[in-house]
Amino acid sequence: MSGFLDRILGRKSSANSAKERLQLVLIHDRANLSPGVLENLRDEIVEVISRHVDIDPTGVRLEMEKDGRQHRLIADIPLRARRGR
Amino acid sequence: MTAKVVTITSGKGGVGKTTATANLASALASMGLKVVCIDADIGLRNLDLILGLENRIVYDLVDAVEGRARLRQAMIRDKRFANLFLIPAAQTRDKSAVSPSDMIRLCAELRPEHDFILIDSPAGIERGFKNAIAPADQVLIVTNPEISAVRDADRIIGMVEAEEKGPAKLLLNRLNLAMVKRGDMMSPEDVVELLAIELIGIVPEDEEVVIAGNRGTPVALDDRNRAGLAFRNIARRLQGENVPLMDLERKDGFFGRLSNVFGRGG
Repeated sequence: MSGFLDRILGRKSSANSAKERLQLVLIHDRANLSPGVLENLRDEIVEVISRHVDIDPTGVRLEMEKDGRQHRLIADIPLRARRGR
Repeated sequence: MTAKVVTITSGKGGVGKTTATANLASALASMGLKVVCIDADIGLRNLDLILGLENRIVYDLVDAVEGRARLRQAMIRDKRFANLFLIPAAQTRDKSAVSPSDMIRLCAELRPEHDFILIDSPAGIERGFKNAIAPADQVLIVTNPEISAVRDADRIIGMVEAEEKGPAKLLLNRLNLAMVKRGDMMSPEDVVELLAIELIGIVPEDEEVVIAGNRGTPVALDDRNRAGLAFRNIARRLQGENVPLMDLERKDGFFGRLSNVFGRGG
């Protein structure tokens, strides 16, 4: 019955909620890397790279990517354009 | 004859490991194979009840390991099949009474005279689990399509890989097709995608499983029962037979989608 209500109210089904929540939690479980640790890691990477290159710290993204049961950490670090050259 | 050792484990408790072990053992025995099942859940013995053999226990696994009984004496013959045996868990000891090397030694002794050795693992990720998978040639992970059971299954899959006992196969138990159809239960495709392991079978949720447990007569022996048929199919797949997933619902395209999942997993 709730599936029917979900559709009327435009909510996602409970099965989809379960799947989406698991997708995130399994990535962190497998790598033993909590969202908090990932956040700290991001800040430290920004700090180290900023010492050498001019980057845009607000645009830095650090994400886990899944490939079967393997995972990789992907960092996307936008460089700031050099002006007045 | 050298037996294949199959360990049935899960992570989360209560997902149906013992029921699966009893049913697969009975199904394999009904096909004429020589089977011994070992209840490795020391301190929480239950496989004897599901098989209806609780009144015949004299010696147990720990007695055999510690030399108080010969292995033969700890093997209880099934009521229905002369080629099916149970080695029950000790009820008054804990998991530390047995080590992984004890389990390997025990199975080495059983292998020449059997076709299959099925080990019912305790839930959890500790000593009991390590004992249960130590001698395994194949590990089956039992889970239900429920959020916490799937998460725990994922942990166990990782540990089976770490112990170099992988790749494990997935037994999806207690699937409620009506709930899947109305979007209130993850589908087999969802679970297989999340866990990224091969599926060995799907067992539909069925009241008869509880009733069979009450009576100590596994559903796999009931020809008309759907869950029983699912277990018999898994027993055939364990022998290397290529059995298509059963039609959980005879009419619509669900079967097609399920066979896609199975096809992808092999």
